[in-house]
Amino acid sequence: MSQILVEKKVLNENQKLASELREKFREHRILVVNIISSPGSGKTTLLERTLERLDKSRRIVVLTGDLQTENDAKRLAQWGFPVKQIITGGTCHLDARMIEKHLAEWPLETIDLLIIENVGNLVCPSSYDLGEHFKIVMLSVTEGEDKPLKYPSIFVKSELMILSKVDLLPYVPFSAELAKKNARSVHPGIEIIETSSKGDGLAAWMEWLDAKLAAVKRGELVSA
Amino acid sequence: MQPGVLMHELSIVSSVLDQLDEIRKQQPAGTRFSKVGLRVGELAGVDIDCLRFGFECVVKETAWEQLALEIEEVPRRQRCPACGEEFRAENWATACPKCGEESTELIAGEELQIAFVEVDE
Repeated sequence: MSQILVEKKVLNENQKLASELREKFREHRILVVNIISSPGSGKTTLLERTLERLDKSRRIVVLTGDLQTENDAKRLAQWGFPVKQIITGGTCHLDARMIEKHLAEWPLETIDLLIIENVGNLVCPSSYDLGEHFKIVMLSVTEGEDKPLKYPSIFVKSELMILSKVDLLPYVPFSAELAKKNARSVHPGIEIIETSSKGDGLAAWMEWLDAKLAAVKRGELVSA
Repeated sequence: MQPGVLMHELSIVSSVLDQLDEIRKQQPAGTRFSKVGLRVGELAGVDIDCLRFGFECVVKETAWEQLALEIEEVPRRQRCPACGEEFRAENWATACPKCGEESTELIAGEELQIAFVEVDE
């Protein structure tokens, strides 16, 4: 019996494609964010509140993933920015090939920001590199404070945590301080912004995006 | 077990088998693999039981049926930039146990790799 050392990533194919995408994004100076959360944390609502505030001249596109239906794309399209739905047909995450395929019709030189709304799931999307600069994890106050401890992988890999639905804090037994402490215990450097659909924290979130966009434009922000 | 979770492990198993197919093509004709070794970090987002179960389901009644699966689980480890201490991050406590530095660097635990295959001779 002999052994062959392989030493390759299991998701090698995805990794190769993600690296190609990353190179394209770098070449065209496109900021790419990949938003991940459980179903129902408010990803689509955050994007609606974001898009409605943005000037229509901004060069922003959105890819939104779900197992079924075009509902999210329809919700997001009303703000006038190009939006495409990725229907995974049951697959629990987006992968780099889906991103490549759905981006194909958009000329990359006309894009400054690509927002990817992943399939609602805190587990699988964390394994798939989409060539993005940043993963952003969203946790809502109607979930448990211990989500970062239960699903550490995605909290470790995310640059930013958005704590959503904070307008409900007076009505739910949820400690924002404990949730933030848990997130920082698995990822000490994680940035945290608290938001709600009523508008809380949206200015901070938009500032965060604008700062990253400016850094990409200056060629200072290169994702690994 | 959530169905979505198993779905994820199934797609990981099929990625592994696709790569083994490629490796086998580079070997002499008729080469058979008896075992594959995977390395899975605790931050890889992979459930080991689901992975084992998914593997059994996928290889059953295929050319891979005799392939054994060995999994090396890799714990999360951190390195302290201040004193150089390397340590296991127990219960997600990432502060340096030696000097107390709070911001330490992740050095292991995100692996999801094919380590080796064994050739049946």
